[in-house]
Amino acid sequence: MGFLDKQFSDDNIVITTAEDLFNWARLSSLWQVSFGLACCAIEMMATSASHYDFDRFGVIPRPSPRQSDVIIVSGTVTLKMALRIKRLYEQMPDPKYVISMGSCSNCGGPYWEHGYHVLKGVDRVIPVDVYVPGCPPRPEALLEGLMKLQEKIRNESVVKKSA
Amino acid sequence: MKTSEEIYNLLKEKFNNKIIELTSAASVEPFIVVDPLIIHEVCFYLRDDNDLQFNSLMNLSGVDNANGEKKPEVDGSITISGGTLSVVYHLESTELKHKVILKVFTPRENPEVQSVSDVWRCADWHEREAYDLIGINFLNHPDLRRILMPYDWEAGHPLRKDYKNPEFYHGMKVPY
Repeated sequence: MGFLDKQFSDDNIVITTAEDLFNWARLSSLWQVSFGLACCAIEMMATSASHYDFDRFGVIPRPSPRQSDVIIVSGTVTLKMALRIKRLYEQMPDPKYVISMGSCSNCGGPYWEHGYHVLKGVDRVIPVDVYVPGCPPRPEALLEGLMKLQEKIRNESVVKKSA
Repeated sequence: MKTSEEIYNLLKEKFNNKIIELTSAASVEPFIVVDPLIIHEVCFYLRDDNDLQFNSLMNLSGVDNANGEKKPEVDGSITISGGTLSVVYHLESTELKHKVILKVFTPRENPEVQSVSDVWRCADWHEREAYDLIGINFLNHPDLRRILMPYDWEAGHPLRKDYKNPEFYHGMKVPY
């Protein structure tokens, strides 16, 4: 984070760059769209609950995509649901991020061959920032995925688009 | 409490040749085959008769028997023509503690079965599912729409044995 950590003798002054400040603010309060799709959503709820405590990373569920920064696609994306997910994503204000949680939303999971109703990966409809593998991933894995996303945001640049 | 055979005899007495046969083998539970265009009346009788009192429809499922003529296609899939589809009814009387299984067979090309949704209300959604996935038309059903697949799904009924999934749905690639 650079200068933001270093305090001067006068308590009220912190020196940093605008970029670092924006990135720090963004990665420290990733509000997520409050929605879940399948069994992964149970693990996501467990991650939000007191034991794993998503809130210590600044992640709290918001009931509206208009107030959210990150969408955690937690579960099987059916073709019927894919259109709704795309709409939810489009309703979110920029900057917005996507975590694909679990095998189903990564690549179709167990439905990859015979799932006539399943989209084989949510990245076919919306761009994904972090893929969390597992079926379903444990809360630790989701936290790891979130920290990966935070790392990504930390290295973002206002003028240069990150990969 | 009545056995399937006793129930079969009662039905045979009332509906005679519309009740087709009773099949009982040691390996499976016995079932009664009924004409698909009288099943509504039969079910009303089974529910309302004092000696039967089948007040609960435990399950209603559609089956693709895939017993028609199978023709292999160049892409490895098959198409089936002729043969039958069937609907299976599992009934239970919670009063008299007996159960019975009914089956109806209907031609694959024009699958029509009477709806029993006004006999047991739960049959409404079960029949919508059988319509959605197998493609059985339930006559006199109040609201025969797809229940699981999207309303605008055009590729047919997914649990048919010769079903082919589409390449694209609303611009999304469907195969892996």
